[in-house]
Amino acid sequence: MEPLDIELDEGELEFPSAPMQVNMGPAHPAMHGTVRMVVELSGETITKVDVQIGYLHRGFEKMCERGTWTQVFPYVDRLNYASPMLNNVGFALAVEKMLGVTVPERCQHYRVILGELARICDHMVCSGAMAMELGAFTPFLWFAKARELIWDVFEEETGARVTHSFGRVGGMASEPTPNFKAMVRAAVPAVRALIDDGEKLLLGNRIFLDRVENVGRMSKERAIALGWTGVVLRSTGVPYDVRKVHPYLTYDRYEFDVPVGTSGDNFDRFMCRQEEIRQSVRIIEQALEQMADEGSVNINDPRIVLPPKEEVYSTIEGTIQHFKIVMEGIKVPAGECYSYTEAGNGELGFYIVSDGSGTPYRVRIRPPCFATMQGMESMIVGGMLPDVVPTFGSVNMIGGECDH
Amino acid sequence: MSTRVLQRLREVFGDAVLETHSQHGDDTAIVEPSRWQEIATFLRDDPKCAMNHFIDLTAVDYLNRRESRFEVVLHVRSIEKLHRVRLKARLGDAPAIDTLSKVWVGANWFERECFDMFGVDFVGHPDLRRILMYPEFVGSPLRKDYSAQQTQPLVEYRSEAVGKLPPFDEHEGMPFGRQTHDRVAPRVNALGFSDE
Repeated sequence: MEPLDIELDEGELEFPSAPMQVNMGPAHPAMHGTVRMVVELSGETITKVDVQIGYLHRGFEKMCERGTWTQVFPYVDRLNYASPMLNNVGFALAVEKMLGVTVPERCQHYRVILGELARICDHMVCSGAMAMELGAFTPFLWFAKARELIWDVFEEETGARVTHSFGRVGGMASEPTPNFKAMVRAAVPAVRALIDDGEKLLLGNRIFLDRVENVGRMSKERAIALGWTGVVLRSTGVPYDVRKVHPYLTYDRYEFDVPVGTSGDNFDRFMCRQEEIRQSVRIIEQALEQMADEGSVNINDPRIVLPPKEEVYSTIEGTIQHFKIVMEGIKVPAGECYSYTEAGNGELGFYIVSDGSGTPYRVRIRPPCFATMQGMESMIVGGMLPDVVPTFGSVNMIGGECDH
Repeated sequence: MSTRVLQRLREVFGDAVLETHSQHGDDTAIVEPSRWQEIATFLRDDPKCAMNHFIDLTAVDYLNRRESRFEVVLHVRSIEKLHRVRLKARLGDAPAIDTLSKVWVGANWFERECFDMFGVDFVGHPDLRRILMYPEFVGSPLRKDYSAQQTQPLVEYRSEAVGKLPPFDEHEGMPFGRQTHDRVAPRVNALGFSDE
């Protein structure tokens, strides 16, 4: 508001008011990532906002330049910690593209199943956390319970619940366990039932609907120019899904739909996520059918894949091969490539540059969240302060990914 | 995949396209840095290219190259035509290039990040300040001559004009939250003895 400089009678004199600045975050109970928003308010309406990220910056890209290609996997795990498997597979695919190798079909299905399970987790965390921030605690607990079922599968397969570091260049760290298919077949319907129940709780709730419908809208054109990808872009009505448009792994062999929204508001984003979980279930069912029970998951190339442990301990060739891969790293031919996959939040790209040695020259991560967060400003300006919470919840900002 | 885009670029811009390749199926054009913005605008507006979807902008530091140490790398794609292209520009020791934030709004933060990490100056950028690091950070962390072991100077307590920042006044807030472990000097009375 402008300062008052007109002469007023004493009776009409108003209190001069300056715009009020409020800090939201970086440690705010309703901001589940480490992000700070300096909000300028007029009443309760937001007139200006400065979104500041970087509180979770860990120098990830620099760290990648200091180890071998395989040593990048634990780092990519910590990018999007809600769905580490998708990042693992994404990076493995990038290096494989550079090496010009393709993993066996069994491994591709295996990666798809694990990846889709991770995607379900990711969407559930987002929807659950968003609901929780709006006061609905029960759906969050149910989603967390469903996620627990999936994590049990991951624990059985990889040995870790959250950060698996399970991907490898040219395959996976280990074969699927003998009862992998049975476990997934048992877990998925239970997860599906919990998700349906949680969704019913929310969609019948007036408070939830009032706070998400027509809040945080985004236009199609702006979303595209901002570089949005993934659920947030699809909610505006653009059917861009990397799995469908540029299929990788075996995604071209499954039947699934790409849900799109119409208005790009919080409700559309929520519904797109819910529908995508159902589509992921469809994909998992088909992949389980198509995945072979026998066969190797790793490619047969001693320059890339570690030899079996029995060989390492009993033959000199195996020992040397193991030593060279671990100490010198996989030799990736010099050059550059950009590889992209559909991660939980959208297109996760890896632009990698190699100088021909065992160490990456540059690993550039194109985090989908980074572009999404950039659009926050136009979504919340003009809205009310409390609308920041559902809007921020629905874009699923993951600090590790956004801040590198 | 989209070698036609590269062809089109060569047709229209001729010498400004210094080099093209399609390594690993990624179509790449290395262009004259002075025409960076113009080529980007063409890519967006030309109906045959229609690169409306901004994807990524970053830089790579090739420390050992004499003439062109930095490469600014742009990835864009087309929503309708589904093709992608990578555009690169080579820059010297004091890297500066035109901003693309007027071409694609999305480039804004990516350029800020690039400025933050590599010290590339984007001429005409509306809000070029650090994004991931704090303002007092010295140097550009992703440059190859920035050692990973390097430490940074201690930063003074920063006070900004954003209303009231803690610590609040003496009488405000909860007192147990502000207790200090500083030893209070005992008061001395007129005779030189302390109160205790």
